[in-house]
Amino acid sequence: MSVSGLSEPSMPFDLSDRANIKIKVRGLNFFYGAFQALYDNHLDIAEKKVTAFIGPSGCGKSTHIRTYNRMFSLYPEQKATGEIILDGQNILEENIDLIELRTRVGMVFQKPTPFPMTIFDNVAYGLRLKARLPKSELEARVEDALKGAALWDEVKDNLHSLGTDLSGGQQQRLCIARAIAVEPEVILMDEPCSALDPVATYKIEELIDKLKEQYTIVIVTHNMQQAARVSDYTAFFYLGRCIEFGPTEEIFTAPKKKETEDYITGRFG
Amino acid sequence: MADNNYKSSKNKSIFKKSKSEPITETIFRFLTRFSGSLILFLLVAMLISLSIEAMPSIKRFGLSFLISTEWDPVASNFGALTTIVGTVVSTGLAMLIAVPMAIGVAIFLTELAPMPLRSIFGTAIELLAAIPSIIYGMWGLFTLAPILADHVQPWLTEHFGFIPLFDGPPMGVGMFTAGIVLSLMILPFMASVIRDCFLMTPQVLKESAYGLGATTWEVVKDVVLPYSKRGVMGGIFLGLGRALGETMAVTFVIGNAHDMSISLFNPANTIASTLANEFTEASDPIYLSALIELGLVLFLITFIILGISEWWLASSAPGSKKKRG
Repeated sequence: MSVSGLSEPSMPFDLSDRANIKIKVRGLNFFYGAFQALYDNHLDIAEKKVTAFIGPSGCGKSTHIRTYNRMFSLYPEQKATGEIILDGQNILEENIDLIELRTRVGMVFQKPTPFPMTIFDNVAYGLRLKARLPKSELEARVEDALKGAALWDEVKDNLHSLGTDLSGGQQQRLCIARAIAVEPEVILMDEPCSALDPVATYKIEELIDKLKEQYTIVIVTHNMQQAARVSDYTAFFYLGRCIEFGPTEEIFTAPKKKETEDYITGRFG
Repeated sequence: MADNNYKSSKNKSIFKKSKSEPITETIFRFLTRFSGSLILFLLVAMLISLSIEAMPSIKRFGLSFLISTEWDPVASNFGALTTIVGTVVSTGLAMLIAVPMAIGVAIFLTELAPMPLRSIFGTAIELLAAIPSIIYGMWGLFTLAPILADHVQPWLTEHFGFIPLFDGPPMGVGMFTAGIVLSLMILPFMASVIRDCFLMTPQVLKESAYGLGATTWEVVKDVVLPYSKRGVMGGIFLGLGRALGETMAVTFVIGNAHDMSISLFNPANTIASTLANEFTEASDPIYLSALIELGLVLFLITFIILGISEWWLASSAPGSKKKRG
């Protein structure tokens, strides 16, 4: 398995004595057509903790996170092999109900992606997909979600104006509200702050800290300080391999692999 | 010194823009302004010349031209209602069939079809859109009309004859056939415009909806369609415009009778087909003037429909009622 002098991918750091494991990744390979983007990834995601994926651009961290809700299945030429076990169920199996999977594993994208509808409708969207709720309950759930995303106070007086009219940071929190409205178990965040200014970034990071009481969070970030600030566990990716995985403070203070050390000390990437 | 020169020339370029502007800029500006105003000029000129030519007829028949079903070249008595109704009904029928199908085809081509098929189907549809309308007309007359007359119309009369629309002689030519031929003619064109609009929806927006557990249909309905609404409406109205003014294909299959009938199976007429059929026969000046007034009416119908669609688009934008400021 050793390619171009990289360290051997080690067996994953054993989380089981510290936390419940929500997602267990074993031998995950990923292909864009003929191009292999992930090689034999091993990783555990702890329940109700924040796990950060770091690594230089093109290392596969975004590709990896997109396997957790099978988003890649929209594209016939992309495929994954190996195992991703969510609560005992391998979600890479053929007969998985993708719609159910995606209501359990929500996602927030790099750029804010409000739908072309009102703030209220944006948040209510996922709820309306699942069931017809009475109006009062729908309103209550939308309010809860917006409060959960720390956006309620800013938008409560104009819930019926367009979501796309909000500022970038507000739009991103709207997308988080939209994701948590359906009460997923896991929230995936693919560089959620990369399009935001420092104040908006700070608000999102505060929010992540609060959300982990209720949700399992996986965040991709190219900002190492952010990973250090928000995460409990960190995985370092390089050239499609999960090079090192462990508690965040250990990864940042005492990395075991040379590549990890080089990256976090700023020698490349 | 050199520095001074630089400064003064810079000042000049700010305060006396026209003198330092490159000649290409001037030509470019002129050309674009000229082309832009030419469109407006042509529009107004057409309207004016149509009105002038139609004036004898307008003076003679007044408003009764629009509500009279009389079309009697021998007695020089003209009314436009049969052709107006014919135009609106044949177009309405065509849109009723073509719009849902065009949207369906576009959804299939952008979201459902396997990758290799998308470009094959896409090209086929563009080729269909390029077939001249007279071919559709001939096919409609020689192939479609007999099939409709022998198989479809009798069946419709037998099972749905209690609806007056489907109670009539199964002749093949008539409003029904015209509507179908028109719909087939505008379908590929609308489908390819709508497909292009669908393709402009950002992938990540669709992924967000899929990420919340939406099905393909829900993504199309809630994200793709609203996002591309303006473009889709544009495509629909281009098709509508083509259907309203379509001449040859309709003339072949509509039967060309100045009759107004509830049954879709009866021969009828549209403004465009009347113009095509009768322009060469119009020896009498008032006959000619009446035909030109028909053209003016078609012009105005198109205008009104376009105006309504613009108004509807502007007022139906989400949040437009409560938009701040």
